[in-house]
Amino acid sequence: MLAATNFLHNRYFADVVGVLAAAASAVLSAILLARAIDHGPLVYWFAGWKPNGHVAIGISFTVDQIGAGAATLAGVLVTAALVFSVRYFEPVGHLFHALMLVFLAAMTGFCLTGDLFNMFVWFELMSGAAYALTAYKIEEQGPIQGAINFAVTNSVGAFMILSGVGLLYGRTGALNMAQLGHALAQHSSDMLVVTALMLILVGFLIKAAVVPLHFWLADAHAVAPTPVCVLFSGIMVQLGLYAVARVYWTVFQSPLEPHLAAFRDILIWMGVICAFVGAIMCFSQHHLKRLLAFSTVSHSGLFLIGIALATHLGLAGTAAYVLAHGLAKGALFMGVGVLLHRFVSVDEFELHGRGRIASLTPVAFVFVAGALVLSAAPMFGSFFGKSLIDEASLEQGYGWLPTVFMICSGITGGAVLRVAGRVFGGFGAHDAPEDPSEQEAEDEGSETEGAHDHTPPIMVAPALVLVVAAIVCGLVPHVIHTIEHGAEHFVDRGAYVKAVLDGAHPHFLESPPSKLKGFDFLYGAGATLLTIGLAALALFGRRIAELVPERIVDGGRTALGGLRTLHSGHIGDYIAWVTFGMAGLGGLFALTLR
Amino acid sequence: MSRRARTALFLVSAVIVLIVVVAGFAGLPDFGHYKGPYGKVLALFSVPQRQTTDVVTAVNFDYRAFDTMGEEFILFAAVLGLAVVLRSMRDERERPSHEASDEHRFAEASSLLGLFGTLLVGPALVLGMYIVTHGVLTPGGGFQGGLILAAALLIVFLAGEYLGMKLIAPHAMVEFGEAAGAAGYVLVGVGGLIFSAVFFKNFIPFGSAGHILSGGTMPISNIAVGLEVAGAFALLWTEFMDQALVIRGS
Amino acid sequence: MSFFPYAVAAWLLAIGLYGIVTSRNLVHLVICMTVVQSSTYILLLAMGYRTNGKAPIFADIPVGTKVVDPVVQALTLVDVVVEATVTALLLALAVQAHKRFGSINPDDLHPLEG
Repeated sequence: MLAATNFLHNRYFADVVGVLAAAASAVLSAILLARAIDHGPLVYWFAGWKPNGHVAIGISFTVDQIGAGAATLAGVLVTAALVFSVRYFEPVGHLFHALMLVFLAAMTGFCLTGDLFNMFVWFELMSGAAYALTAYKIEEQGPIQGAINFAVTNSVGAFMILSGVGLLYGRTGALNMAQLGHALAQHSSDMLVVTALMLILVGFLIKAAVVPLHFWLADAHAVAPTPVCVLFSGIMVQLGLYAVARVYWTVFQSPLEPHLAAFRDILIWMGVICAFVGAIMCFSQHHLKRLLAFSTVSHSGLFLIGIALATHLGLAGTAAYVLAHGLAKGALFMGVGVLLHRFVSVDEFELHGRGRIASLTPVAFVFVAGALVLSAAPMFGSFFGKSLIDEASLEQGYGWLPTVFMICSGITGGAVLRVAGRVFGGFGAHDAPEDPSEQEAEDEGSETEGAHDHTPPIMVAPALVLVVAAIVCGLVPHVIHTIEHGAEHFVDRGAYVKAVLDGAHPHFLESPPSKLKGFDFLYGAGATLLTIGLAALALFGRRIAELVPERIVDGGRTALGGLRTLHSGHIGDYIAWVTFGMAGLGGLFALTLR
Repeated sequence: MSRRARTALFLVSAVIVLIVVVAGFAGLPDFGHYKGPYGKVLALFSVPQRQTTDVVTAVNFDYRAFDTMGEEFILFAAVLGLAVVLRSMRDERERPSHEASDEHRFAEASSLLGLFGTLLVGPALVLGMYIVTHGVLTPGGGFQGGLILAAALLIVFLAGEYLGMKLIAPHAMVEFGEAAGAAGYVLVGVGGLIFSAVFFKNFIPFGSAGHILSGGTMPISNIAVGLEVAGAFALLWTEFMDQALVIRGS
Repeated sequence: MSFFPYAVAAWLLAIGLYGIVTSRNLVHLVICMTVVQSSTYILLLAMGYRTNGKAPIFADIPVGTKVVDPVVQALTLVDVVVEATVTALLLALAVQAHKRFGSINPDDLHPLEG
C-alpha cells in the first residue's frame, strides 16, 4: 500500500502509517503471546488444510510463547525505530517505511511459522529487505561494500538452509516441523541427518553472526542507517538463534539424543570462542557502530551457549537475556544516532568531550544504563537471563561457564561505559592511538536533515523508553516466570507434535520458577565491577599500562592486529571462513553425532 | 588475507565439506525411487479436491498458497530495494530522453532486428496471457506467464525503441500495477478469510477439471501473480536501463 | 549411476563457492552465486524424480498414474523467483560499486576494515 501511494510524496503520511502499522503488529503479536500463554501452542492451518493422518498438507502457523514473544519484541523495536526516524531522516519517497514494514512482516512470519520451508521464505524476505536497507546511503562507498558483504554471505547461508531442508524432505517427505520431528524420531541419526543439521545450522548461524560466520555483521552495522542498526542488533540476529533452537528442539532432538553431550560441547565451545572474539574486537574499536556490532557478536556467542546447554533453563535464560539485550542495544544505537545527528561523527575520539551538553544528558544516561544492561548488572533485565543460564550451566556440569559470561559481558559493558565516559564526561585521552589500518569513522555522512544544533526529543525519547524497559523487564512480576514456562513448552517436542498433528490441547507440567541465588549476585557484581574497572583503566590507566612489560604489550598488540586484519572487508575472505565453518561443524558432527 | 591464504583456507575446508555433503546425499533414496508421502497425496487429491489438472500450480496456489504470498512479497521487496539502491542521487541528473536514445549505441538496432522485434511483441503478449490464465490446466501459471509478459516489454527495447518502452509502460503505471498485483494476491487470501473464516481458503466454486475456470480462486491468484511479476520485472529492467542510458554524473 | 545427479549438485556447490572466494569481479561473483543456487535446485528436483514417472499434469493422463513429485517442483519455483530477486539486488549494488569505487574488483573495495 505504501509503495502504491509513493507518488503522494507526503512525508507525514508515511510516518504515521508506518508507525501505526508497526505498533499494530506489536499489539497483535502481544495478543497472540497472551493467548499462547493460556492455551498452549496455537495452531492455525492456512487455506484450511488440516493434516491427513500425520501427513501435513498445508502450511501451519504454530504459535507458542517464545515465538510470539520474539514477534512482539520485533514489533516493539520496529515501532521505536520508526518513531526515531520521524522527521529527521532523509526519505526516499515512502520506500524506507515500506521496506521497514516488509522487514517486520518477515520477522513476524518467521517467528510464528510451523513449517520449515515457510520459515525459509520468511528468512529470505527478511534478508532481502535488510540488504536494501543496509545499502540505503548510496552516496558513500561504505554502504555499498557493506551491503554486498552482507548480501552475499547471508544468501549463501540461505542456500545452505534450503539444501538442508531439501535433504530432510528427501528423507521424510515432510516440510512441517512437527511432522519432521515425528518422522525423524523413528530412526537414529545417520550421515544424512548430520549433513542436514550442519547445513541448516550454518545457515542460521550466519544470520546469528557466530564466529567464524560473523564478519558481515560489523560491516553491515557500520554503514546501515541507525534505525536499521537498531533492528539488526536488536532482533534480526537473535532470530537466527531462535531458528537454531526451534529446529533443534522440534526437528532434530530425537535422533541427536544419544549424542547430546557431544552436540552440547561443540556448540558451547563455538559460543565461547565467539563470545571472546567478539568482546576483544568490541573493546578495540573506536567506531561506535562497529563497537556495538561486535558487542552483538559477543552476545550471540553467549546466547548460543544458553541454547546449547539444551535444557529449558538455558533456553529461558537466553530468551530473557535476548529481551533485555534487544531493548538495550536498540536504545544504544539510537543514542549513537543522536550523536551522529548532532556531530556528524561516530568516532569515539572525535566525539571526545563533545557530549557535555545539557540537552544530551538523557543520551548519556542511555549509554551508561545500556552498558550496565550489557554487563548484566544485578537486578537489571539481563541479569535474570544470565542467572538462568548460569544455573543451567551448573546443572549440566559446566561450572566454568558463568565465569566466561562474567568476563565477556564485563568487557563489552566496559567498552560502552568507556565510550560514555569519553564522550559525555570528557575523560581519557583525546587522540586515538596510531593505527593506520582502522576504518575512517570520521567520514560518516549525515543521515538526517534539519538543523544539527539541537537534539530533537523524538529521537531521544524512544531510546530512553527502551533502555528503561531493558532495566525493569526483569522486575515486572511474572515476566521471568512466563519466560521460563514458555521455555518448558518449547522444549517439549511431544506436546508440540500432538498440538500440530492431532489438534490436541496438550497439558504441560509446569515446574516451579527458579529463584535467584547468592552466587548469581556474585557473578553479576563481578561483571559490573569488571565493566567499571575496564572502562576506568581504558580512560585513566595510561600509567598502569606503562607498568606492563614490553613483551606482553607487544605480543598483545600483534595478536590483536592479526585479529583485526582478518576482518578485512573482502568478501572472498568471508566466504572462505563460511566454508571453514561448514567444514568444522560438518566434520565434528560427522565424527560425533552418528 | 592474501589471496593465497584465502584460497588455501577455502580449498582445505571445501574438501571436508564435499566429503560431508556427498556422504549426506548418499543417505537420500536412490535417484528415481523417491517415496515421500506428501507429493503422492497431493497428486492423488488435487484433481478430485481442487479440480485442477496441474498439480504444481495447485501446490503453489492452494495447498501452499501462503508460501507463494511470502515469495510475492520477496519480489515486491526486491523491487523496492532496487529502487532505493539505484535511485538517482543529488550529483546526478537525468539526461533528456531524446539524447539518450540518440547517443547511446544500444539504441541503434538494425532494421531487421527492429522489424522482427515488432512482430514478436504481439505474440509474446498473447503467449504470456495464455500461460497466466491456463496455469491450473497445463504447465505454467502466474510466475512463468508474468515473466513472458515482461519479456514482451523487453523486446520493444531490443527493437530499438527505449523511448517506446517508456511510453508503453510509464513508470508510475507499472509501479501501480505491480503493487496492485501484490495486493490482489493478498486480497484473495483475505477473501478466503471473509468467506470461510480461514486465510487463503479456496472459496469460489471449483468448476470441473479441464475447464479454464476451474480451481476456484486459483485463476484469480494466477492473474494477480502474473500482474505482479510482469510489473516487477518491467520495473527492474527500466531501473537498470535508466542507470545505463539516462542517468549521468555531473 | 543413480548417484550422479546428487554428485553434480555437490560439485556445483563447491565450484560455486570457489568462484565466490577467488572472484576478481563482482558480476562474476554474482554469477557464481547463481551456480550455488543451481546446485540446490538440482538437489531438490533430482530428489523428487521417479523412474518412468510422468509430469504431474493430469490433463491427459488418468489420476493415479505414477508422476514425479510435484512438491519439490513447486518449491523450486518459489526458489527461482526468490533467488532471481537477490541476484537483481546484488547486480544493482555492483552497478553502484562501479560508480563509487571506479572498480568492481572486490580487492579494490576497501573502506571496511578492522
